[in-house]
Amino acid sequence: MSEIIRRDPRVEWIARNRLHPLHAAAQPAAVSWMGPNGVIRKNPHGVGFIGPNGLKRIDRSGGQQGGSQKRSTASAVVQLPLHVIEQPAFHIVVVPDMVGGRLSAHDKDLLGLAHKLAGSDGAVVAVIFGEHKENALDCNGVDRLLQFEADGFSGYAPEARVLALAALERQLTPRHWLLPDSRTGGGELGRRLAAKLGVRPATRVWQVADGVSSGRAGAGREDLVQQAPRVVLAAVECAEPVSETRHEVRALALNEALVRHIPRIQDLGAVAVDPAQIPMAEAEFILSGGNGVKDWALFHQAAAALGATEGASRVAVDDGYMGRERQVGASGIWVTARVYVAVGISGAIQHLQGIGACDKVVAINLDPTCDMIKRADLSVIGESAAILQALIERVAAYRQGGARDAA
Amino acid sequence: MTELNIVALVSVGAHPLSGRPRRAEQDARAVELGLHLAGERLQVLHAGDPQQEALRAYLGMGLNQLKILEQPAHSDALPVLADYLADSSAQLVLTGSQAETGEGSGMLPFLLAEQLGWPLVVGLAAVEQVSDGVAQVLQALPRGQRRRLQVRLPFVASVDNAAPTARQSAFGPARRGLLTAEEVELVADPLFASAQLQPAKPRPKRLKVIKAKTGAERMKAATAKASGGGGQVLKDVSPEAGAEAIFKLLLEEGVLR
Repeated sequence: MSEIIRRDPRVEWIARNRLHPLHAAAQPAAVSWMGPNGVIRKNPHGVGFIGPNGLKRIDRSGGQQGGSQKRSTASAVVQLPLHVIEQPAFHIVVVPDMVGGRLSAHDKDLLGLAHKLAGSDGAVVAVIFGEHKENALDCNGVDRLLQFEADGFSGYAPEARVLALAALERQLTPRHWLLPDSRTGGGELGRRLAAKLGVRPATRVWQVADGVSSGRAGAGREDLVQQAPRVVLAAVECAEPVSETRHEVRALALNEALVRHIPRIQDLGAVAVDPAQIPMAEAEFILSGGNGVKDWALFHQAAAALGATEGASRVAVDDGYMGRERQVGASGIWVTARVYVAVGISGAIQHLQGIGACDKVVAINLDPTCDMIKRADLSVIGESAAILQALIERVAAYRQGGARDAA
Repeated sequence: MTELNIVALVSVGAHPLSGRPRRAEQDARAVELGLHLAGERLQVLHAGDPQQEALRAYLGMGLNQLKILEQPAHSDALPVLADYLADSSAQLVLTGSQAETGEGSGMLPFLLAEQLGWPLVVGLAAVEQVSDGVAQVLQALPRGQRRRLQVRLPFVASVDNAAPTARQSAFGPARRGLLTAEEVELVADPLFASAQLQPAKPRPKRLKVIKAKTGAERMKAATAKASGGGGQVLKDVSPEAGAEAIFKLLLEEGVLR
């Protein structure tokens, strides 16, 4: 509902109509009455009505009757109905990717597919390794949540994860395992799990209907249509995400203790990659500059300090501060960064289209009313040069502190 | 570089537009990586039809011979390859990440590793060094990132598009190279008894479903600009405080390395 205050002609009409059942309720609060000592008391607040600008108007012509109270707006938050599965007939297990600790769009589609397969008497179990930052698990269709402690699963530990999932297999014997067929981990984990369980999975599945799954085969020129097997690796947009129900995210525990094993693959950590070499369309972290950046040397220095890939708005490219291949937006590159820092970019609609797929947007701008600030998750209003300088110093302090801790 | 025994598994690919047989893109990258590491001593193995001319494109990359385990189409390549590799002295098996024809599920390296009991590295980008039976390798991650792994030999590794680009295939060596076929036991693949292949159609673009109940909400949904809605705005703060807030967000998202 809009927050604009309006006169309500219907209430005014009820107030004039003495035969209307709501006539009494629509009468304005008494403006004056006789007090206990015979003195006339007046309530100046009861006079008049609230006009469209939120200002009190007093109509002394006698034309206005009733309807003085502000029309109450219904609260906008609608609680979705809760979907409760007390005794599930079967389980559908989903192992979301949780890139950056949150459900990706792919994960949400997958949960939607799981919900479709579970129907009204199956339960959707989500398995999450380590900590997560997602706070909308309930609205995305998670009936049960099995969360493993982070130790043993941090870093690259596919073998430990497969062992944990195999333990869950023994406990629940789920009807289906659903994993995202993605490069961010799900595709690999799902295939490892299928090899471990000895199940032939359906891969790159884009539809499961009536127990029949359709997935791309070969180089994508053909579809493989088969009875949906127990392990399904689904592509993006395999189903609509859950949107009409809320789910109890009931915690689930593994009955057996996980056995420790010696990993055959040892993770030695991430390798520093030159951010300028990463194609902009797939860079994870972009620092983008626009018309508000005056000191470009400082901007490049900030990008190097943060380890961010550089981007630019159209104005900065037209003015010759950045190459054309760095332009973000409708006529440049559509980026998919997880974190996008826009420095001095006001946010033309073409630019906002280009960053539509970004998760977190940070804006540094002088103008608190610009469109970029409306899009951003965190905005800092101020001079970009000073803020970038402070950011460089803060990161340098952090890096030095980290090095000292490690040594 | 090292005295590794490397076997690259190759398949016959299909051109994405014409569907004509060709060398498979990712398998060619696996051969390229193998040639980097082992040079002349790289063994290349294929399970399938020895008469297939497209296989000569691999020979044209500078190989003297290509070994073929002879099989008709739609037979199971896995047991044949697993038997062969178990008997060979291979220390590193390189494969592409999925085939361009047939099912193309990408399961072969996983099943092979499971059957042989070897570790599997997915998305191998480079082998940095091998010493004392332990290899230090770089794994390609999405978004151009790399991860360093240590893995004990022997192991299976699949390569994807992050591996070095395959060299061109030269015509003369492709003609001169030898395709040596070997008779093996045939195992039928049960998949196509229950599944069928259909020509794929492009998938429709997902429609934006607007669940508005009133006209005003529909109007709002149709005209709304992309907005996160309710982001935190820091106004009238010192540059240090602003930088601190940004720094905290970057750290929370884990993008500072």
